[in-house]
Amino acid sequence: MIRLEKRPQPSRGWSYVTPVLAVLVTMVAGGALFAVLGKDPVLAIRTIFYDPLFGEFAWYFRGQLLVKAGPLILIAIGLSLGFRAGIWNIGAEGQYIIGAICGAAVGLALYPMEARWLVFPLMILAGVLGGLGWAMIPAILKTRFNTNEILVSLLLVYVAEQILASMALGLLRNPEGSGFPGSRNLSQYEAAANHELIAGTGMHWGVVAAFIAVIFAYVLLNRHMLGFQIRLTGQSPRAARFAGVRPNRLVLFCLGTAGALAGLAGMFEVSGPSGQITIDFNSGYGFTAIIVAFLGRLHPVGILLAGLLLALTYIGGEAAQSNLGLPAAAIQAFQGMLLFFLLAVDMLTNYRIRIGKSEVA
Amino acid sequence: MKRRTLLSGGGAAAATMALSRPGLAQQDKVKVGFIYVGPIGDGGYTYEHNQGRLAVIEHFGDKVETVYQESVPEGADAERAITQMALGGADIIFTTSFGFMDPTINVAKKFPNVKFEHCTGYKRADNVATYAARFYEGRAPCGHIAGKMTKSNKIGYIGAFPIPEVIRGINSAFVHAQRANPDVEFNIIWAYTWFDPAKEADAAQALIEQGCDVIFQHTDSTAPHAAAAKAGDVIAFGQASDMAEYKPSPRVTSIIDVWSPYYIERVQAVMDGTWTSTDTWGGYGAGMVELGEITGPVPDDVKAEALAIRDRIAEGEHAFVGPINKQDGSPWLAEGETPEDGDLLTMDFYVEGIKGDIPS
Repeated sequence: MIRLEKRPQPSRGWSYVTPVLAVLVTMVAGGALFAVLGKDPVLAIRTIFYDPLFGEFAWYFRGQLLVKAGPLILIAIGLSLGFRAGIWNIGAEGQYIIGAICGAAVGLALYPMEARWLVFPLMILAGVLGGLGWAMIPAILKTRFNTNEILVSLLLVYVAEQILASMALGLLRNPEGSGFPGSRNLSQYEAAANHELIAGTGMHWGVVAAFIAVIFAYVLLNRHMLGFQIRLTGQSPRAARFAGVRPNRLVLFCLGTAGALAGLAGMFEVSGPSGQITIDFNSGYGFTAIIVAFLGRLHPVGILLAGLLLALTYIGGEAAQSNLGLPAAAIQAFQGMLLFFLLAVDMLTNYRIRIGKSEVA
Repeated sequence: MKRRTLLSGGGAAAATMALSRPGLAQQDKVKVGFIYVGPIGDGGYTYEHNQGRLAVIEHFGDKVETVYQESVPEGADAERAITQMALGGADIIFTTSFGFMDPTINVAKKFPNVKFEHCTGYKRADNVATYAARFYEGRAPCGHIAGKMTKSNKIGYIGAFPIPEVIRGINSAFVHAQRANPDVEFNIIWAYTWFDPAKEADAAQALIEQGCDVIFQHTDSTAPHAAAAKAGDVIAFGQASDMAEYKPSPRVTSIIDVWSPYYIERVQAVMDGTWTSTDTWGGYGAGMVELGEITGPVPDDVKAEALAIRDRIAEGEHAFVGPINKQDGSPWLAEGETPEDGDLLTMDFYVEGIKGDIPS
């Protein structure tokens, strides 16, 4: 008989092994799925996990990996602070959108000024403030009126999407776009463009910001009083209050940081890889980042790796679609499996499997 | 530092390789790529593009290889998807949605030897052609049927985005509906999506609750038809595809996009080495738009009138013939006048009689 026994303490060893195990189990189950669809499972797994890193065109895909992972990591780092303290910001997508709109608006307002030293930093500032401001709505509603930040932040995503559509059709529309929606292309406006810093590497300012955010979050959580307060609040809100944590201040800090980082991500995306404010500029980074945060166990280094892994499944998944003719839905199912198995094997960190009869307690 | 140099050096070398791939003449198979905005099973817009792809396979057999990627988000992801296809050795790539315009142009710059075809956009380059169908011609006979069939005189219209293509369709449908029935009113809802069955169903439901008994859609799923079927006594028009599963009612006819002749012609041009950057905009006459079978509750005389409108347009009559005023009452077309294509391509106004404002 197999039964589960709760570990006295979560196993450190298993907490490192389970993500790897989850990936392996996903490869097996996903391979089976692809085989049922009539594709060579080994080739499919190879296309998703190996080719983007080491295949013929890896020089292109490695860069794309950073482009895709950059915003995910940046947003997830911000979210993880709140999640650790039990503050649930589900609306990073909205903060990302508003950050992009504010950043782009500043750039477009200054068009065609050539002073990059002025335009680009101002855009960054506007992006940060935009995301921060949007996140302050659920934060202040929570601290003043005790509303639920999950609901408020989530619903504000839909408000942000409407604002985005309105901006693409109205205020920020390209005056030379002959009536079509969408702003000027910022990546073609030298002073505002967030180009690759080294051609072909995918490394743009947003990716740099993501790496810096990882380091800052690490230092904050491990070396700083505020980081201690965040962790303590998450583990025991009551104890935290006795230790002098002011919950309202923590709510403002966590939501604010997450909003600012999401806004920053949006600004770097709109001025670089995406280039334009369009009606459907947002492609779900804010929601995917929630998965990245948990996949990385809310740990800065974990988030870095999780962001890269998820980006790999996206990019490899696209390659599998176009090279092997796999349907998009199969790739989504595959990504879903990864998360499902991660949560499933996660049990092993908290429980151990015992084979045999249970001892009398 | 060393690793960086390696990466960028390797990148540059490989890029040159990709760019200087041998000419098409040496290759046995022409590789044709398609980038779709929706799933191929949407039963509408993307479905028809995919039918075009299948027709290419059927026509050329072993001489072509096709690849496609569905549900590609517009923006940075599209650029990667297109690049990936070009790297994978595609000789010609069709990008089938307006939002793929800038990504297509960007990728085309990096792959001068690959041909690109962008659907419904306006930016071209030496290796980027554009093509679209005159969907608004399809709206004309449907508008006539709508005007004749409505009992409440309220016609609902679900628009995807307020862009010239969609506004043109609304105007065309309205002009012909009003000629059939001077009392018609249009209620317009913007869905802000090309494909989202839930939103489209909500929009249709809202229009039906407002008293509309005819539903037009300029979105890609069959959800509005399902809503119309549920409400009963409401008719609708198939969009982009025949949507035959809702025959004979609520779907009474449809505007079908026919891409196969164009795709076959362009792939042939690549094979022959005669491909050039062109701008194609065909309607009923060119066979790029078809009127679906008219079914169900439409009486024979209305059916005959609708078919006559289609035939006249196919023979060269314009879907917009003056006198037509703009919404604010200012003249647009004088008696007997027809618009230039340039006017149509940038259309950003409603014609007289349509209530409400275009969102901006």
